Amino acid sequence: MLSKLGELERAAMEVLWDSRTPMLVRDVAESLSKRDLAYTTVMTVLTRLASKGFVQREADGRAWRYSPVASREEYVAQLMLDALSLTGDREAALTHFARSVSSPEAEMLSQALADKQDET
Amino acid sequence: MSAALHLVVTLAICPVAAHLLVRARWVWRAPGTGIALWQMLAATWVLSLAGVLITLGLDPYDAPIPEALSAWAGDPLSTVTQDVLVAGGLAVPVAFVAVLVTSWFTVARIRRRHRDVLALVSRTDEAAPGALVVDHPVAVAYCLPGTPSSVVLSTGALRNLSTAELHAVLAHERSHARERHDLVLLPFVALRRCAPRVADAVALLVEMRADDRACREHGPEALASALHRFTASPPAGALGITAASARLERIANRTSASALQRWTALVSGLTLVSTPLSFLVF
Ligand SMILES: [Zn+2]
Repeated sequence: MLSKLGELERAAMEVLWDSRTPMLVRDVAESLSKRDLAYTTVMTVLTRLASKGFVQREADGRAWRYSPVASREEYVAQLMLDALSLTGDREAALTHFARSVSSPEAEMLSQALADKQDET
Repeated sequence: MSAALHLVVTLAICPVAAHLLVRARWVWRAPGTGIALWQMLAATWVLSLAGVLITLGLDPYDAPIPEALSAWAGDPLSTVTQDVLVAGGLAVPVAFVAVLVTSWFTVARIRRRHRDVLALVSRTDEAAPGALVVDHPVAVAYCLPGTPSSVVLSTGALRNLSTAELHAVLAHERSHARERHDLVLLPFVALRRCAPRVADAVALLVEMRADDRACREHGPEALASALHRFTASPPAGALGITAASARLERIANRTSASALQRWTALVSGLTLVSTPLSFLVF
């Protein structure tokens, strides 16, 4: 269902989430070595993730080091927040099975996300 | 002047009809007809508001609207009042479309982002064929509309539902996707600030329409118990509770409106909407 590129983005993201430190393109390619990818392919995947705002990069000498902008849990929380928001544009963005899930839960999620953002 | 009078009457009928339709319970037995009625009522309101202003402004020309409009456009001696009325009337549908387009772009941006994130963190699960699963304990099930649209479940929802219930939920969501209920809802949600109770009424009809589909495919028991699970545990908002109990009640005693009722409703709606249309076009 996911495109080839989409599937690679997901795999690269998982490598970055598992790593504690920002990674060079070479490191990411090595972690994905089972897939036997060209260096430029990994580069493309990371650039695409950066343009979507999922990864950030910092200069390390003449190379870039990549790291995730947010943890996997925070992205899941963002999805849940979209799904639980009962008002505004998010209401129109998704159609729900039941809208009865309490908004306190949505508030807890957005509070948790806000706290995370304050820490960083 | 009689054209303006007709349009004023039509315009005045709109809030009365909306008031009745918000309270009407028979539409719950024909949600598709109910949705069509709301759409016709909204169109009537926009057209007759525009029509009243335009016909008042063009009254001195004493001609059908299209001709009077070109006469007004080429008339150097038209008064300020006339100009304001006609321009205001023309602005009504333009503003309506602008609100829709703005709302559409905002919604499309939220969806694109949602889809991107979903691609990174969701997975498929044998238990929920055709759906994407997100690992989170809070129970949610929703449809992300688009081409292609995706049905998404949380592990919280997956854990709490039996196989039969799960299939009912999936059928409900697929029906939202197939009938593009997001497009049905868009104008009403965009104008929620003007008419919040109308937006809620249409949203409820859309749910009922999807419920009917799920019932037809998987039976009322599975759907009702799934709905119970979603609404019983959390301290739900007032709107959610009323909506859920209305849905549960009609799933329990399922009767459809008669064809006569449905057609009567549709013909009344068409009559209403054709009033402003006939004055604006002829
Ligand atoms: Zn629904």
